[in-house]
Amino acid sequence: MGSGLIQKLSTDLHQPLSKHEALVESDRCYFCHDAPCVTACPTGIDIPLFIRQISTDNPLGSAKTIFDENIFGGMCARVCPTETLCEQVCVRNTAEERPVKIGELQRYSTDQMMNTGKQPYTKAAPTNKHVAVVGAGPAGLSCAHRLALHGHTVTVFDALPKAGGLNEYGIAAYKTVDNFAQREADYILSIGGIEVKHEQRLGDAFTLESLKADFDAVFVGIGLGDVNDAGLNADQYKNVENAVDFIARLRQSQNPADVSVGRRVIVIGGGMTAIDAAVQSKMLGAEDVSVIYRRAQSQMNASTYEQELAQTNGVLLKTQLQPKSLIAESGLVTGVEFEYTEVQNNGLVGTGETITVACDSVLMAIGQTLSEQAQQSELELANGRIQVDEEQRSSDAKVWAGGDCASNFEDLTVAAVQSGKLAAESIHRALSNKSA
Amino acid sequence: MVDLSSNFLGISSPNPFWLASAPPTDKETNVVRAFEAGWGGVVWKTLGEDPNIVNVNGPRYGAIYSADRTLMGLNNIELITDRPLQTNLDEIARVKKDWPDRAMVVSLMVPCEESNWKNIVKKVEDTGADGLELNFGCPHGMSERGMGAAVGQVPEYIQMVTAWCKQYSSLPVIVKLTPNITDIRMPARAANAGGADAVSLINTISSIISVNLDTMSPEPSIDGWGSHGGYCGPAVKPIAMNMVAEIARDPETANLPISGIGGITTWRDAAEFMTLGAQNVQVCTAAMTYGFKIIDELTTGLANWMESAGYNKLDDFVGKATPNVKDWQNLNLNYIAKAKIDQDACISCGRCHVVCEDTSHQAITSTVNGERRFEVIDEECVGCNLCVSVCPVDNCITMEQQTSGVDARTGKPINPNYENWTTHPNNPASAG
Repeated sequence: MGSGLIQKLSTDLHQPLSKHEALVESDRCYFCHDAPCVTACPTGIDIPLFIRQISTDNPLGSAKTIFDENIFGGMCARVCPTETLCEQVCVRNTAEERPVKIGELQRYSTDQMMNTGKQPYTKAAPTNKHVAVVGAGPAGLSCAHRLALHGHTVTVFDALPKAGGLNEYGIAAYKTVDNFAQREADYILSIGGIEVKHEQRLGDAFTLESLKADFDAVFVGIGLGDVNDAGLNADQYKNVENAVDFIARLRQSQNPADVSVGRRVIVIGGGMTAIDAAVQSKMLGAEDVSVIYRRAQSQMNASTYEQELAQTNGVLLKTQLQPKSLIAESGLVTGVEFEYTEVQNNGLVGTGETITVACDSVLMAIGQTLSEQAQQSELELANGRIQVDEEQRSSDAKVWAGGDCASNFEDLTVAAVQSGKLAAESIHRALSNKSA
Repeated sequence: MVDLSSNFLGISSPNPFWLASAPPTDKETNVVRAFEAGWGGVVWKTLGEDPNIVNVNGPRYGAIYSADRTLMGLNNIELITDRPLQTNLDEIARVKKDWPDRAMVVSLMVPCEESNWKNIVKKVEDTGADGLELNFGCPHGMSERGMGAAVGQVPEYIQMVTAWCKQYSSLPVIVKLTPNITDIRMPARAANAGGADAVSLINTISSIISVNLDTMSPEPSIDGWGSHGGYCGPAVKPIAMNMVAEIARDPETANLPISGIGGITTWRDAAEFMTLGAQNVQVCTAAMTYGFKIIDELTTGLANWMESAGYNKLDDFVGKATPNVKDWQNLNLNYIAKAKIDQDACISCGRCHVVCEDTSHQAITSTVNGERRFEVIDEECVGCNLCVSVCPVDNCITMEQQTSGVDARTGKPINPNYENWTTHPNNPASAG
């Protein structure tokens, strides 16, 4: 079933631009003054410059312009919701309602630089400072790379067997084909001076206190380790799974066809994870896949582009429905009872009317929370995440945090990269002052 | 209905668009295709004496492009026709017979001896061709052998050869000028003095189009070496138009008919050349870039413009802009213009601001009340037109003449009277 569809899992959503396509597209950039796209980019990449460098056949110079602000420029070129960031504010929208394809151009240059296997950087002289980075995701590796550039020695601890964090375990396969997440992590680490220790989990192998004692500074980029509980007592059913676990299982499987989803799949949630899980379910061969969300479609965290991607892949989006109970037979969930919702006094309430949707499996994508171990550290929290200031400093003078675990998270890869970069610069300043 | 028919020196053609002497007019096959497509006439590719010359057997052309790879300039190292003289003469006679309503002018280049010219003009006359064009222009190859631009750069030679041709032929003689000189009026005056019926210009400009940074060879590369070629195409149009206007407004040559050549690609280019004094135009690079079909755009575009502007025939607008071309010292220094930005058309790219700020007069805002907004600061604007030149949106920025009140930049009242540099108090040579 669906043998043709399954190819889509390992097929780029957008085919890479050819040189001709890149030259034509780059010519559309107006090289704006104080360009709105740069302001809209969370990492502040000098977009007009990198596009001009493409147009003058200088792709490696272009890639350096990108990497200077965002060492994950390759992944961000693939997963950034550009339609709500740089491309949304492109002046070509005003001119003819068609922005420059900034994301695809970014991929054009970064692919070429990564294919050389070389980084356009020379590390500063060793500082003899040693920084611990917890988490090898976008925030952690961004931080580690920038610290290494400044001459610091870095040890990265990660709970999982592979580096990359959500890039490796948490996003749809069709966004990062050909093992790109690992290739990118390897590329970033090739700067040298960064040791990665795998399967070392905070609270098990080490504690924040032990890191503080052993290192000059600590960066925490552990993401959100726990999953929200919908209160449906789902644990007892093996055909109910967290969407993040499903995506990780699929990404790590040698043969995706072995990952079974059943004919009818319900995905509960409205974010990017819900869409990634739903579209991949469809590609795995499921006949009916519904993303069911308790609020209005316009309130989904998934971007409009992602919603439309789901719809064109045959996923049904159902809204204003909140899960009420699971209906099970012989230890398997056979349907989910939902209650219709509406907004009253600015709050979401159930209307009392219900509907039951039959299914063969349920994927829960209702959000994640900071892991218990992190919550129990002495770091101050804000809204359940590690409280940080504009430099990503936590309440502890020796600890910085970034990415989804930090209070200024934006739920975007590119924002996590920026927070790691900012933290590294702040750590570098702190360590430099100390030695001065 | 407007009339596009052209009469140049008594040579009639259904429209003023001729193909210039160049590769597109080297063979019967090409010329017939051109006539079938609708071209008004051709200047047959330059004939020389036998034995026929030879061309390089590698690349002859090189190009420069705009960023979207639109061809902006073309360079060539091709010589005159490399076919036997009689082959060309036979084909010319046949095509003229088959296409009597089209202009058939023949370009010539032979050594600077009276007998050589006497001999060849007779042969051309026997074909039934409508006129002669003397190639005093090609800047490469032939000029090393004392022909082409080597003649065109010496006014005395131009006059001498022109006079021979007039003496030995009853056909109209057009002298094709090289732009590779300092003052185009000198060769034009020489042609006039020699009795030329017209001049055509410009021929190509000496050029090296590009260098291969891997092989260090100029392009087009022949076995690792290059030679300067002749440059043409859209990029040379402004140079050509200035030269046409210089001849058209020179009292000595004001009545000398001109055939305009140089980067003509669209009907608008043609109309501009003709308003500056060219009675017809010759096209080459545009045809070599897009094929002969562009004649449909050229004729319909020119006709539509003429109709909308109220011109019924070509003579109604030929030379209409010539009287408005002046020396700088005659320009009105009391004319005040300021840029104006149409905020509804503005897409906020900010290029007008940054170029004005970095390279000119700091006369365009980037923010107004904290918002991204580009407005002209009249107190600083000198009306230079740079913002208009760089704006990507057509007609978004315009130059508005200020006819009354005070110039906000100088604080001086607008003076409605014409005054120029010749009488300006800052001019050491002014009478005032």
